[in-house]
Amino acid sequence: MDYSIKIGGEAGQGIQTIGSTLARYFSRAGCHVFTHQDYESRVRGGHNFFQIRISERPVAASRDVIDILVALDSDSLLIHEQELSKDGRIIYDSSALKQKREKPRFLDIPFIDLAIEHGSSRIMANVVAIGAVLGMLGADPDILIKIIEQTFRKKGEEVIKGNISAARAGYDFADKNCAECGFSLKGSGADPYMLISGNEAVGLGAISSGCKFYAAYPMTPSTGIMNYIAARGKDYEIVVEQAEDEIAAINMALGASFAGVRAMTGTSGGGFALMTEGLSLASITETPIVIALAQRPGPATGLPTRTEQADLQFAIYTSHGEFPRVILAPGTPEQAFYLTNRAFDIAERFQIPVIIMTDQYLADSQWTFEGFDPDKVKYTDYRLRGDAFKNLSEYRRHAFTDTGITPLGVPGDARHLVVTDSDEHDEEGHLIEDAETRIKMVDKRLFRKMPLIQHEIAPPVLYGSDRPDIVLAGWGSTYGIMKEAVDALSGGRKTAMLHFSELYPFPLTDKFDYLEIMNNAKLSVCVENNATGQFARLVRTETGFDFALKINKYDGRPFKADSLLNELHDHIKGL
Amino acid sequence: MSSMITLKDYRGLPPAWCPGCGNFGILAAFKNAVIELGIEPHQLTIVSGIGQSGKFPHYIKCNTFNGLHGRTLPVATGIRLANHEMLVLAFAGDGDCYGEGGNHFMHAVRRNINVKLFVHDNQIYGLTKGQASPTSMEGVKTKNQPFGVLSEQLNPMALAVALDCSFVARGFSGDSGHLKELIKKAIDHRGFSLLDILQPCVTFNKTNTFEWYKQRVYHIETGHDPEDRVGAFKKALEWGDRIPVGVIYKNDRPILEERIPVIRGQSLVRQSFDMSRLSNTLKDFY
Repeated sequence: MDYSIKIGGEAGQGIQTIGSTLARYFSRAGCHVFTHQDYESRVRGGHNFFQIRISERPVAASRDVIDILVALDSDSLLIHEQELSKDGRIIYDSSALKQKREKPRFLDIPFIDLAIEHGSSRIMANVVAIGAVLGMLGADPDILIKIIEQTFRKKGEEVIKGNISAARAGYDFADKNCAECGFSLKGSGADPYMLISGNEAVGLGAISSGCKFYAAYPMTPSTGIMNYIAARGKDYEIVVEQAEDEIAAINMALGASFAGVRAMTGTSGGGFALMTEGLSLASITETPIVIALAQRPGPATGLPTRTEQADLQFAIYTSHGEFPRVILAPGTPEQAFYLTNRAFDIAERFQIPVIIMTDQYLADSQWTFEGFDPDKVKYTDYRLRGDAFKNLSEYRRHAFTDTGITPLGVPGDARHLVVTDSDEHDEEGHLIEDAETRIKMVDKRLFRKMPLIQHEIAPPVLYGSDRPDIVLAGWGSTYGIMKEAVDALSGGRKTAMLHFSELYPFPLTDKFDYLEIMNNAKLSVCVENNATGQFARLVRTETGFDFALKINKYDGRPFKADSLLNELHDHIKGL
Repeated sequence: MSSMITLKDYRGLPPAWCPGCGNFGILAAFKNAVIELGIEPHQLTIVSGIGQSGKFPHYIKCNTFNGLHGRTLPVATGIRLANHEMLVLAFAGDGDCYGEGGNHFMHAVRRNINVKLFVHDNQIYGLTKGQASPTSMEGVKTKNQPFGVLSEQLNPMALAVALDCSFVARGFSGDSGHLKELIKKAIDHRGFSLLDILQPCVTFNKTNTFEWYKQRVYHIETGHDPEDRVGAFKKALEWGDRIPVGVIYKNDRPILEERIPVIRGQSLVRQSFDMSRLSNTLKDFY
C-alpha cells in the first residue's frame, strides 16, 4: 500500500483541518504517514493544498501521483486532475463547485447536503469529506469517532453527535458509491505512531531542553515554533514575548540569557537579516543563544509561504567580525527534536550562538515515528549559580582560560559582578582599546574554543550502500527525498545518501571518511533546493571536492520523489 | 546594611569623558541616589547602549550589559522578564534611545516593563563628533546639517505622556541635588520610568550650553499635579524660555512582570527545570 491523498481548495475552506485529521487518523491506525502543505500568502481564497502519503512502510517524501483528490474548489480539478494515478478517484460536491463531471474517476458526494441533513450544519461538510475518504479506503470508523470526540470535547455533546453523524454519512455514501474503487487501508498492525511536524519538533526540542524564554516576531514559516512553545508555556514555565521587531527579539533573548535562563528566538530569512547585529553581539558578549532560521524563498519578501534552502551561505557568513557559530540543519522532525536539544547544549557550553536551519517544507511537513526517547535528551546546566557562584573568591566574566570558556555567572546570585560589553573588553568585561588584550580576547573566543566546538560536530549520515557507485549528498530538508531516491535506485545500483545535518563548523573526516566515499563513487550528486548550489560550494571550500552533478530546484516548491528519480535516471543511464 | 554602602563601593574606572561634560553631574547624582536607597552594586544591572552615555556603567560598579546602539530596552526587558528581583536600569543617549531605538522605546512604554530608563539628553551626537540628534532644535547647524536641522525637535516628554508612560520626568545634570531626588523617585516608582536628563555637551553643542540650560530650567514641584494627564501633557509641551524639570507625569498601571502568570510567584531564573514532564508531553503526538 502506498496511497497519496490530496485535499485542494481555497484558503479558509478547512483544508488543514481535513488534512491534519486524516493524518492523525492514519498514524493512529498504525500507518506510516508523510504530509506536506502548499499554501499562498493569503487568509482567504487562492489555491492551497495538503498532501498525505500513507503506507505500511516508512515514507519520507511526497509523490507526484495522487490516488484520492478531495476537490473543494474548481481550481483543484483543473490543476490536480492530471496528477491522478491510473485507478485514482476525485471526490467533489457538484452543488458547491457548480459543475458536474461524468467521467468514472469523479465521485460526486454532496458534502454540504449531507452535512445539513445529518450533522445539522453546513460547517460539518469537511467532516463529511473526511468520512468519505475513510469510506473509500474501507477504514475502521471507530478511530475517527474517537478523534472527533477529542477534538470537540470542549464544544459539548451536541456538536460531537452532529460531527459523528456527518462523518458517518460521508463514510456510508463513499462506501456505497465507490465499491469498485479498490482501495484498501492496511496498517502495519503496529501500535499508533507518533505524528509530528518540523516546527512542532523544534518547539518540543526547545521545551525539553529547559528553554525558559522565547522572543520572536511572527514570520512564516517559523511562527509555528512560537505557537507551539506559547501553548506549553504555562506547563513548562516559559515566558514567550512577541517582540516589536526581530532586532528586539534577539536582544530580548540575549537579555534573558545574560540574566541566567536558556533563551531562544526564531524567524525566517528577512527577520534573520535584522538579527545579524544581535548575532555578533551574542558572540562578543559570549551570551548563549539558539536561533531557529526557517527558510523561505527570497530575496526580500520572495515567496513568503513557500520553500527554499537559499540562506545557508548567509547563515554561515553573516554578521560583522569573526567569531564561532554552529549551524545545524535537521532533515526530519526527529532530527529537529534532537538537534534542537543539542543546540541548547552547545550554545550554553561554549557560550556561542547556535542556528537551527529548517525551511517551509520541513517546518510544515508531518512525519510518523515510533517515538522520541526522553532518555536521549541531554540537560546539563553549565551556569554558575547560587552557592557555587557565592563561594568563588573572585570572578571575572571573561577571564582567560585554557579552553576559552569562562564560567557564566548569574547576575545577582553572588556579590560578584557580571560585566560584559559589545565593545572589546578585558577579563572583567570593561571596554579596552589596547592591542594586546584585543588579541588575547579574539584568541579566547575563536581559537581556543574552536577546536572544542569542531570536535562536537558529527559527520554526515550514510544511508544505503557503504561502497556506493552513486552518491546523493545534501543537507537539511532534502533528507526524505534523497532517502526515497536511494531506496528506489538500490535494486539496480549501489547507491547511497550522505546527509549533512551538522554543517558548521564543517565536519572533519576523522570520525568517518565521507570524502573517500564521494571520491570513489562513479557519480556524485548534490541535491539542493536552491539555484546556485550553496552546499556544493561549501563542500568545495572546505574539502576541495567538486560534485560531478548538481540538481537544483528553485521554484519555491519542494522536490518530489518521482521527479527527482526521473532526473537522476537521465544521468545514470550513461554510467 | 544600607548604611554600610559608601561612594567607595561604587567607584569604577576613571571616566574618559571631556572635562566639564554633563555626564559627570549625572554620575555623581546617580551614585548618591543608589547609596541613599541602600542598593548594593550586585543587586543592580545597568544596560547601556553606544554613545558617551553607554560608557556610564564602566565608571561605577554594577552588573553590566553594555550592548548595541539603540537596543538597551529590549535587553533590559529580557533581563527583567528572566529575573524580576533584579533592579534593571537602562542608560541611553538621545540618539541611542529616541533615534536608533525609537521603536523599542514606544513598545517598552506600552509593555510597562519595570525598567528605569535614563536618557542622557545633550541634544547632539557626541561620540560621532557633533551631528544632529532627534532632540536637536530646528535650525541648529552642524557639519552634517549645513542648512540647519530641518526636522522638528522630538519632544520625549510629550511623547511619553501621550503613550501613558508610567513615570515621566526631566532632570538637569547641573542641578545635582534635584537630579538625585528624581533618580530616586524613578527607581522607587513601580512601572516603566523615563527620566530625560538635560546635559550640556561642552565640545559639540555650542547652542544648548550649561548657561543656556541654567537660565531656563525651573522646578515644577509646586502647583503641578503629576497624576493629571492633561495637565502633564501641557507641562510636557513647555520648551523655550522656560523648561520644566521634575516629575511631569506618573500613573500606577500594572507592570508587565505581574501580568505574566508564569512568573507571578517566582522569577524565571529561580524556577528549576523538571524534565520528567516530557514523557507526558510526548503523548500529545499520538
